[in-house]
Amino acid sequence: MEHGPAVEYEEHQDISDYKTKIGIRFFAIYSIVFAGFVLINTFAPQLMKVKVILGLNLAVTYGFGLILAAIIMGLAYNAACTKKEREYEQKAKNPAGSGNAPEGGRK
Amino acid sequence: MIYTPSILATILFSIIVVTVLGLSIYFARQSSSSKGYFAAGGTIPWGVNGIAFAGDYLSAASFLGICGMIAVAGYDGFLYSIGYLAGWIVALFVIAEPLKRLGKFTFADALDARFNYPAIRLIAGISTLVVSIFYLIPQMVGAGALVTPLLGFPHWVGVVFVGGIVIFIVATAGMKATTYVQFIKGTLLIVFSLVLVISILNKGLSTTPSDSYHEFAVLTAEAVDGRIVSIDQPGYTVVGETEAGGRQFVKLENGGVERWWLIQDSSEGLQLTETLTVTATDDGRTLYNGQPKEAEAFYPVGHMSKLIVNGEEVDATGPIGPFKYIETIEESEVVRFIGTIFAFEGDSVSLWYQEPTAGSEVMRPGLKFKVDEGSTPLSKINFVSLMVALFFGTSALPHVLIRYYTVPSPKDARKSTILAIAAIGFFYILTMYIGFGAMVNGVIDVQSDNMSAPLLAKAFGVFLFAVISAVAFATVLGTVSGLIVASSGAVAHDMMKSLFRRRKISDETRVIIGKVSAVTVGVIAILLGIVFKGMNVSFLVGWAFSIAASANFPAIIMLLFWKKTTAKGIVASVLVGMTSALGIILISPSMLVKYGMDPANALIGLDNPAIISIPLSFLALFIVSLMTQKK
Repeated sequence: MEHGPAVEYEEHQDISDYKTKIGIRFFAIYSIVFAGFVLINTFAPQLMKVKVILGLNLAVTYGFGLILAAIIMGLAYNAACTKKEREYEQKAKNPAGSGNAPEGGRK
Repeated sequence: MIYTPSILATILFSIIVVTVLGLSIYFARQSSSSKGYFAAGGTIPWGVNGIAFAGDYLSAASFLGICGMIAVAGYDGFLYSIGYLAGWIVALFVIAEPLKRLGKFTFADALDARFNYPAIRLIAGISTLVVSIFYLIPQMVGAGALVTPLLGFPHWVGVVFVGGIVIFIVATAGMKATTYVQFIKGTLLIVFSLVLVISILNKGLSTTPSDSYHEFAVLTAEAVDGRIVSIDQPGYTVVGETEAGGRQFVKLENGGVERWWLIQDSSEGLQLTETLTVTATDDGRTLYNGQPKEAEAFYPVGHMSKLIVNGEEVDATGPIGPFKYIETIEESEVVRFIGTIFAFEGDSVSLWYQEPTAGSEVMRPGLKFKVDEGSTPLSKINFVSLMVALFFGTSALPHVLIRYYTVPSPKDARKSTILAIAAIGFFYILTMYIGFGAMVNGVIDVQSDNMSAPLLAKAFGVFLFAVISAVAFATVLGTVSGLIVASSGAVAHDMMKSLFRRRKISDETRVIIGKVSAVTVGVIAILLGIVFKGMNVSFLVGWAFSIAASANFPAIIMLLFWKKTTAKGIVASVLVGMTSALGIILISPSMLVKYGMDPANALIGLDNPAIISIPLSFLALFIVSLMTQKK
């Protein structure tokens, strides 16, 4: 027996494209920061001893920072995506007066 | 170590098991269709899914493995936490929503969405099975390690017990029960880990971990021509000397008990410090510190030899803040126990000696990963390879991928991923305190660092130990359930569809095949969990990440972002990534040790294959896709 997705949903192509674009930007920023962490650990591990803030060394500060950055960037990404989704929902509800109302949602 | 079962722990453990089985029976009625069984009907709210994500992901490797590794190797264990968490960034920003838009139940659906090419489903199904089995091994090892102190059963009983319960959960109820088991477990894990960390900080740091902590003896000796000839304490007789792991040891007899001591030069002459040993004698007995198990002469260890606060040496700090806790350990000195193995007059001796280590060394990389003193280019590549695997592996793990199909929309997939990142990130910060807490509180079982977190909880009372152990057990149940659902989906949904594409398979039959697959994978996991006893579970999980990152990640990412990707390119990518990662692991130094061979003879010398196998997988996809473009 053939079957479809577990749940049907619709999303406009422009929203998907927007989310993909900012997702890749956020990913690139985080990747650079993460790569910096790995490179220091690998090629300059002594640098990780240096005290940075609140009595913590660079190793702990950078590690905690990566975790916090992941959470903050995740929230920022969600805020940006949600804003865009709401804009399109508004346009979809009130097509009159909107010059570029979404057409043909994609399944 | 020698464990005494706890009644309270047994009761709490039983409550967890009964609850889990009850949930499974309850949800069994809702999982008669493929949608219900494999994807919980796509109806899980994002909040529940987010915590279930955390419950699924925070496996035995995260809780038992990372805490254990930090307890024995300091900051290097925390690098796993960072790698595991950073991988979620790839999942959130690149994979989550596009995959949800493309897929149905499994990641093979997404890979095959544009092509309808049976070989994709077959190879993706095989890859899911391989990754899941590699991920299942450490979970089962963790289960065995837990059940021993909890219930007093041997390792293999724990493995069979967990395997049996999980097979029941998955074979009866599928994804919905699995989701709620993971949700409950994720919540309990984070809450009680926080309670444990508050207890650690409230106790503070001390040079005497507890009143019952063993005081390690130090003797002074005289040597003539490099041989120990006399001891300053009466009653000791020299029995023999040996060298192992670059250290000298002497065997002394006292009161009928023979024990090994580490020989060290000091300003006061030769010093002998007490060690821990487990000896398998040539007549088949096992002696702990030279005595039978019943003598209970084998101790949990880990303490601070110097405690420095604001430049002054003290005995204890009292309650302490989270940043000050880390700073104080960094400025002080801890005693780690380093293991070595040697043979002596027909006996096989596993020995752990004391190694006072500056706090500044345990709070930075280098004790486990050879990136500093004693490093080689290969050891540095090995470390980078592991971090690459952790970064790219998370978003390619089958049990993570299937959770995108349990929510109604891409928006929900995104929100649940962010909640998961917050929950998992918070938990990983807690692992830092739990791991270092275990390092300095005299709770480490030198035979298996996997038990460090539960044994640390025991230092704060039997109740916390019982709760933490029960939660850790639930942790294993939750993750194993997710993996087995992913595996059964791979067989019933992907491989069957590929192998029997001309035959019509009913929805009910597909669910039955899924359940039979669940039982089969569960049995394989049980057997492997017994074979790999004693290995650090986080290290083992690193392999699963490497295979997932190599087999699945390049195919997913190229499908999403390179328009020239072809079906044959995807098949080649998964095949090359999986086989090259698997091949390098099977001939890795760590596996050679398992085969009883010399790890120095390893052909490639890498324990972590990702740095080779991921590029190979991308290359295969690129070349094959270009060769198979439609004219």
